[in-house]
Amino acid sequence: MESPEIAQKESEMRARQLERSRQLAVHIEAGDDEAANRLIEEMGRMHESLLFAELGKLTRDLHEALNAFRLDSRLSEITKNEIPDAKERLNYVVAMTEQSAHRTLNAVEESLPMAESISSQARDLSKAWQRFRHREMSTQEFRVLAQDVEAFLERTGGDGESIRRNLSDVLMAQDFQDLTGQVIRRVIHLVQDVEENLVGLIRISGERLAVPEPKRKESKGGGDGKGSGPAVPNTSDGSSEVISGQDGVDDLLSSLGF
Amino acid sequence: MKILIVDDFSTMRRIIKNLLRDLGYNNTAEADDGSTALPQLMNGSFDFLITDWNMPNISGIDLLKAVRADARLKDMPVLMVTAEAKRDQIVEAAQAGVSGYIIKPFTADTLREKIDKIFERINAGG
Repeated sequence: MESPEIAQKESEMRARQLERSRQLAVHIEAGDDEAANRLIEEMGRMHESLLFAELGKLTRDLHEALNAFRLDSRLSEITKNEIPDAKERLNYVVAMTEQSAHRTLNAVEESLPMAESISSQARDLSKAWQRFRHREMSTQEFRVLAQDVEAFLERTGGDGESIRRNLSDVLMAQDFQDLTGQVIRRVIHLVQDVEENLVGLIRISGERLAVPEPKRKESKGGGDGKGSGPAVPNTSDGSSEVISGQDGVDDLLSSLGF
Repeated sequence: MKILIVDDFSTMRRIIKNLLRDLGYNNTAEADDGSTALPQLMNGSFDFLITDWNMPNISGIDLLKAVRADARLKDMPVLMVTAEAKRDQIVEAAQAGVSGYIIKPFTADTLREKIDKIFERINAGG
């Protein structure tokens, strides 16, 4: 883990130590104890300063690695805000799809008996009508048939309208696919974001210091011309001013001169 | 009356198409994004544009701006049908010259009402 810088310092120091050692030998041979002691102290200090340099570099590396980790706070932001947010969004999807399914089932359950009764009554009337056509019907029976036909036509008119209304309701209930689809796409974006950041984190811990600039995705929300999908209650959507319902939109637009 | 319906979700396009048919508008075409809608608008003789906001390539607001910036298309009525409900967005659409703004989820009545209102205004204006 030695940097070239430190290796160079070491070789420089070795050269100086060698030089001092030669001087030291000269001093000792000459019996100059004072000068010899001074040189020994100096050599000790040289060694220490190299140690300190190495220690300083290690400290700086550690500091930078920790900073890089903290810089990548996108990940903590995700865990703190966006994952709970995404859970809330997925709950919204569950609620919306459930609501749509019930709306559809209600309409079907209401319409099926009507359709069944229309077709069975039509079958009965058709049989009676054939008997009338073949002149197999008494006047009394025909009077009953005429009443039945009248009642049938009236009921079918009403039931037909109910079935039409229910089918329209089934049609409108399908809007959940669009609304939940937009929300799910948003959550998919978040999952991708988490994935990228986790890969980044692994890279940081794998090769210390080779830190990629953490990717920062601006939160989506209107300003950039891109929409952000339906506003989901109890999520970050609450932070911007959301108009609730068509009436709110109409009021706002009319205040703008519409 | 030829109407172009623009939404990236085919389910929503079908819903709007069916509602329009109920209202007596049978001549409709569809596009799944602003980028496919614009060439259609340029080539086809459309009278009315209904568009979503949140779409992958060219969003509804940018499509609206492109329509208003085009000499031949600029007077076309544009109805926004979208889940985008932020105040700033509605104001932005109004400033860009939107003719009507419907929030999803909406009802058949709302769609009829807004379309009627747009034509009332056009007829009154000219």
